[in-house]
Amino acid sequence: MSQEPKEIRLTIDGQEVTAREGTSVLDAAMANDIYIPHQCHHPDLKPVGACRLCGVEIDGRMVTSCTTVVQEGLDVKTNSQKIHQARKTAMELLIADHHMDCLACAAANDCALLKDSAYLGIEPEQLQRLRPSNKGLPIDTSNPFFQFDPNKCIICGICVRTCDEIVGRGTLAFIDRGFDTVIGTFGNKSFIESTCESCGECVVRCPVGALAPKRPKFAAREVQTTCVYCGVGCGIYLGVSGDKVVDVRGDRERPTNEGSLCVKGRYGFNFINHSDRLTKPLIKQNGEFVEAEWEEALELVASKFAETKGDEFAALASAKCTNEENYLIQKFTRAVMATNTVDHCARL
Amino acid sequence: MTADHRTVLICRGTGCESSRSPAIQAALDAELQDSDVEIKFTGCHGMCQQGPIVIVEPEGTFYANVKTKDAPKIVESLLHDGEPVERLYYKDPATKEQLPTYHDIPFYAKQKRLVLHNCGRINPEEISDYVEAGGYQGLKKALFELSPEEIVDIVKQSGLRGRGGGGFSTGMKWQFCQQAKGDVKYVLCNADEGDPGAFMDRSVLEGDPHAVLEGMAIAGSAIGAKQGYIYCRAEYPLAIKRLQVAIRQAREQGYLGKGILGSDFEFDIEIFQGAGAFVCGEETALMISIEGNRGMPRVRPPYPAHSGLYGKPTLLNNVKTYANVSQIVNKGADWFAGIGTEKSKGTAVFALTGKIANSGLIEVPMGVTPREIIYDIGGGVLNGKKFKAVQTGGPSGGCLPESFMDVPVDYDSLIAAGSMMGSGGMVVLDEDTCMVDVARYFLDFTEKESCGKCVPCRLGTKQMLTILEDIVEGRGKPGDIELLEELGGGIKGGSLCGLGQTAPNPVLSTLRYFRDEYEAHIFHNKCPAKTCKHFITYHILDSCVGCQLCRKNCSAEAISGEPKGIHWIDQTKCHKCGVCFEVCPPKVFSVEKRTGDLEIHTGEGESL
Repeated sequence: MSQEPKEIRLTIDGQEVTAREGTSVLDAAMANDIYIPHQCHHPDLKPVGACRLCGVEIDGRMVTSCTTVVQEGLDVKTNSQKIHQARKTAMELLIADHHMDCLACAAANDCALLKDSAYLGIEPEQLQRLRPSNKGLPIDTSNPFFQFDPNKCIICGICVRTCDEIVGRGTLAFIDRGFDTVIGTFGNKSFIESTCESCGECVVRCPVGALAPKRPKFAAREVQTTCVYCGVGCGIYLGVSGDKVVDVRGDRERPTNEGSLCVKGRYGFNFINHSDRLTKPLIKQNGEFVEAEWEEALELVASKFAETKGDEFAALASAKCTNEENYLIQKFTRAVMATNTVDHCARL
Repeated sequence: MTADHRTVLICRGTGCESSRSPAIQAALDAELQDSDVEIKFTGCHGMCQQGPIVIVEPEGTFYANVKTKDAPKIVESLLHDGEPVERLYYKDPATKEQLPTYHDIPFYAKQKRLVLHNCGRINPEEISDYVEAGGYQGLKKALFELSPEEIVDIVKQSGLRGRGGGGFSTGMKWQFCQQAKGDVKYVLCNADEGDPGAFMDRSVLEGDPHAVLEGMAIAGSAIGAKQGYIYCRAEYPLAIKRLQVAIRQAREQGYLGKGILGSDFEFDIEIFQGAGAFVCGEETALMISIEGNRGMPRVRPPYPAHSGLYGKPTLLNNVKTYANVSQIVNKGADWFAGIGTEKSKGTAVFALTGKIANSGLIEVPMGVTPREIIYDIGGGVLNGKKFKAVQTGGPSGGCLPESFMDVPVDYDSLIAAGSMMGSGGMVVLDEDTCMVDVARYFLDFTEKESCGKCVPCRLGTKQMLTILEDIVEGRGKPGDIELLEELGGGIKGGSLCGLGQTAPNPVLSTLRYFRDEYEAHIFHNKCPAKTCKHFITYHILDSCVGCQLCRKNCSAEAISGEPKGIHWIDQTKCHKCGVCFEVCPPKVFSVEKRTGDLEIHTGEGESL
């Protein structure tokens, strides 16, 4: 029997809030509209306390709020002078190490670094005291769908944890030590040569523009639908501009996929508006395909089926169908067409 | 004198082995195999500078810098005339006096060897030697006379604090692990000694491995663990080999394995070799590394006592902590608590190095002063130079000036002074050492060894390092000192693990005690120690006799002058390699190093 999670009462900046047992102080604060800056935290992933921006004060001690679990009666200060100074130092260090070409950056509108920098009020005079890094590392453009610019990477590790914890692929890791630490693949190969499946889960979680889609986003509106690629039925939002599909994102509310997508679902939508796409059935007449209506095509198929029962007939089903549809095909093949010759493309 | 009952001890620590002590042993073995003289190899004596070391007992005759070709002489003295080989005696660098025995040498006279008591005395690859020297008595007592709670009490009452450098009460740590709930618990030994120049743990592992195994077994019986791991860096092949031999022998003799010494206690130890990351000495990174992942520290809590290796309650102590435990349990808490200061009990082991006459491994009671260590044991600053500072605690520690020479050394006094005990490095710096450059050196180390996980450590240490490089290379700016202090404070307070939290110490402590040197670099274009190339120039004085040595050795062809005439240096060509300064005969001494004399380089008549 699972127990109802306990409600914990605590105080954040003098405000009494409640949170479920096991919640982090960061999540509890954010749920109550108390903003705490953070870069390495992601609600889908286990906390690591690496960016040090979410530091808060509890009993005079500075702790990272993402790794601190709520406790009854906890008194949390998120905005003391000490905390503010520590966050500013960390933020200034991050910016001094960051390739700040924000105007040309894919993350410009939703960059977590820019947002927290503004929140903390980082001043240019303070930054000028620091020595900028100018790493000049090469950009990995090998993947057809996204690129990786290590000069913009803040080494928050969200991509590494995404690949480990959500995708289970383990393609990404920290490489080298100290200031030379970079995110990379096994043997520091390019993305295309690595074990990466191009699912893009890391790209959607990257808080900055380090991992960015190659295709610019310019959807005017979104349409909620279901991915047509396979029987899983992932929830997606198609980004539409005019009468064209230009973007896809996972639907976090859909229990099937909780926002996750595979490479086909996320990037393989070009067929929708492709000129080669068939939108009507074709019937071969005198050696040439001629467009037909559905009614006519189905009647033709049914009549041909009636002529070829038994082992002359074979069915090959598609992974694009649902489990239920595939069940029906094999049932139809055995019961109606009287043969066991049935197969599926996923077996090939 | 006869050759009866003589024992020849040949040091085969890493230092002496690399100076070919195994060949000396082979030569002595061949000559003395039919005699009554016993030949035994041992672990480190601590005076590696004088190695290979050979000692003849019972007299304690101490032979230093022994070569294979000296073996026949030693054999002759043992078998025939009985007269010791005087020319192999240790020569005191201060008095130039030859000292015949171990007991005469000042380096050893002021030491108190508890942890190192077997090092250099027993054969580390013979368990019987260890047992004869009183070994495994502590384990026997722990298994048959004491309850787990009583063991923890003894460790607590002894006042032993963690020898890895943090100085946390060992007994308290044991108690937390004992009380932690869980069927499976682990005992870990941290042998990932990584401080540059430190080799305390290595010497214990090489010289007395059973002391560590015994300490771990006692810990296992106290907290209820069946499995122990020694996390030893792979760069210590000899230590690993000796541990492997020791573990095998301990299993054979029933000190490890099932039913230890006939009791129902089961405990075994495995060695895990680290792959060379300094940060794996941090406890959580060490455990993550054993689990097979990249060694990166994680946030505590949960503390290892509750959730450590594989999420199980885990006890982690340093090599020397375990080596102390076996004796504490055997001899009692009061014996140990009687040594040292009020809050720091027992002894401290230091790797004494730098600009010092006698470098080596020493062990002293807590509370002795740096002056006693440096002058009485170390024989003073090398070449009669003036003392400037002593650096303790490795890259996490700090530099203490002359004014701390009479402050008793213990955990708390060092922390108060802005340094730390660390695992036991002690580097002596003389007047020719630039303190800004020292800070840069240590920060260069920590910056490279940062795991890269947290922002203050990964980027902050790099930022501080770049500023220090700018200062030593003449690009320092007003405001840099304040920025270093601000960043140092931010990194100390903001970093995730002990590496980052202590990394700024070398900078902050030198800023505290040697701020004038930083200011001299930034504001006066001077390196007071005349070390930083950017700030120095070489000049030939009128006393030059024209021997041409400097001109011939100058790779930059910057020196001109006729034979027997006064030479001069073209400052625009000079690389400042200092070879002219080195080769000028001491009697002539005509090359001078100057600092602050930089007008030459601007070429625009503007004084810097």
